[in-house]
Amino acid sequence: MTGGDIIEAVVKSLIIIVALLTAFAYMTLYERRILGRMQLRSGPNRVGPAGLLQPVADGVKLAFKQAITPRGVDKPLYLLAPAISVVTALSAFAVIPVGPTYNIFGRAIPFHLADFNVGLLFVLAMGSLGAYGIVLAGYASNNKYSLLGGLRAAAQLISYELALGLSLVGILMISGSLSLTAIVEGQARGLWYILVQPLAFVIYLISAIAETNRAPFDLVEAEQELVGGYHTEYTGLRFALFFMAEYINMVTVSALAATLFLGGWHGPFDLLSGPWWLLAKIILILTLYVVLRATLPRLRYDQLMRLGWHWLLPLALLNVVLTAIGITLLQ
Amino acid sequence: MASFLHGLRAYAKGFATTLGSAFKKPITVQYPEYKTPVQTRFRGKHMLMRYDNGLERCIGCSLCAIFCPAQAIYVEAAENTDDNRRSPGERYAERYEINMIRCIYCGYCQEACPTEAIVLGHEYAFSDYTREALIYTKDMLLVPDPRKATVGAGAD
Repeated sequence: MTGGDIIEAVVKSLIIIVALLTAFAYMTLYERRILGRMQLRSGPNRVGPAGLLQPVADGVKLAFKQAITPRGVDKPLYLLAPAISVVTALSAFAVIPVGPTYNIFGRAIPFHLADFNVGLLFVLAMGSLGAYGIVLAGYASNNKYSLLGGLRAAAQLISYELALGLSLVGILMISGSLSLTAIVEGQARGLWYILVQPLAFVIYLISAIAETNRAPFDLVEAEQELVGGYHTEYTGLRFALFFMAEYINMVTVSALAATLFLGGWHGPFDLLSGPWWLLAKIILILTLYVVLRATLPRLRYDQLMRLGWHWLLPLALLNVVLTAIGITLLQ
Repeated sequence: MASFLHGLRAYAKGFATTLGSAFKKPITVQYPEYKTPVQTRFRGKHMLMRYDNGLERCIGCSLCAIFCPAQAIYVEAAENTDDNRRSPGERYAERYEINMIRCIYCGYCQEACPTEAIVLGHEYAFSDYTREALIYTKDMLLVPDPRKATVGAGAD
């Protein structure tokens, strides 16, 4: 590894982190505006033109809040939990290919931070590790609502991780690689995998929403029954970190969906260059997230479990079998 | 199967509602810039009225203060004299104070008043930072003299 490689990696990491934090900030605004419109309101439109500075105002407000550490918490874990959430959320994005290889400053720069041969596995692993942040926060908070939220997170993770992983097996069978770059290139040569694997796409989306604890699967923080769930006892910037992790996870999961099913940074025509195509696809999926949140009521705990084990898991297995039959017949 | 289809229909209806609403105009009124007009019988900030010749209608009888369920009104009357004639009656209100944060805007003072001196107007945005500032005195409640009033000033 030369000095140039190290500089390149550092610069790319910084760009990814800054981009993800900006995405987090503006995703909150985007979500609130869209939710508002769906409820015949206009959403936040006061701070700056069209409310564009609202995330800044929110951030400043949270930064100036008192950081309360309640009595009786397991302090090391209590402080570690938000950090785990954010670090895993940020690092999962590292393997997502944002664009093809461009020539900048006389260097061939591939537009992804890392392309290892188990990239997909890495994203899934980081997603699962992120659940530790939530579980530990619930455990360390010395609050029964937090604990319930944390327990639900663990149960939800186990139920939906299986379906999530299995829904991607079909893609691996077709592309023959776990490297995300190879998967994108595979789609560029042939059809987008959403056309080949529509069932897997639906299963992936549902499981991904459950994985990121978003409505209608937000039992982990269900305000009406659990106060705030795992982040009940967190204030100020620590609370903001959990929020950050949640939104960055949404972005990552959407980016993964775009990469695996919607052709990644490839577009049907060359109007937009690579990264912009990916961005457009990510925004499309994030909009779907918001529409789902606006429309669907939260599932009950037993309904959540039934959906996971009785529907998604068998369907994902069926998908694997069908893919195997398809591949054999086509060969 | 029938229940499955029923569920699908319910989902379709839900998404049609949210997606449909997203393209409608929000019903929000952008308040400080636009205000919804109040009803004609709206009960807002009180006004002490005058006759057309500029004399105060209030004769300092304190009936409003007696009727006030919140005991928000304080009246102190004084005798009219020939060189200092403030109202057509024998007496006028020397002091007239309303505690705007005790007041429940029920309008009983308006109904009790024999001379229609106190009227609840249409103004409703008069918040302040201290309790003292919200005890309104007579000069804050009294409408301007119509003979001295410039164009556009005065009660609505």
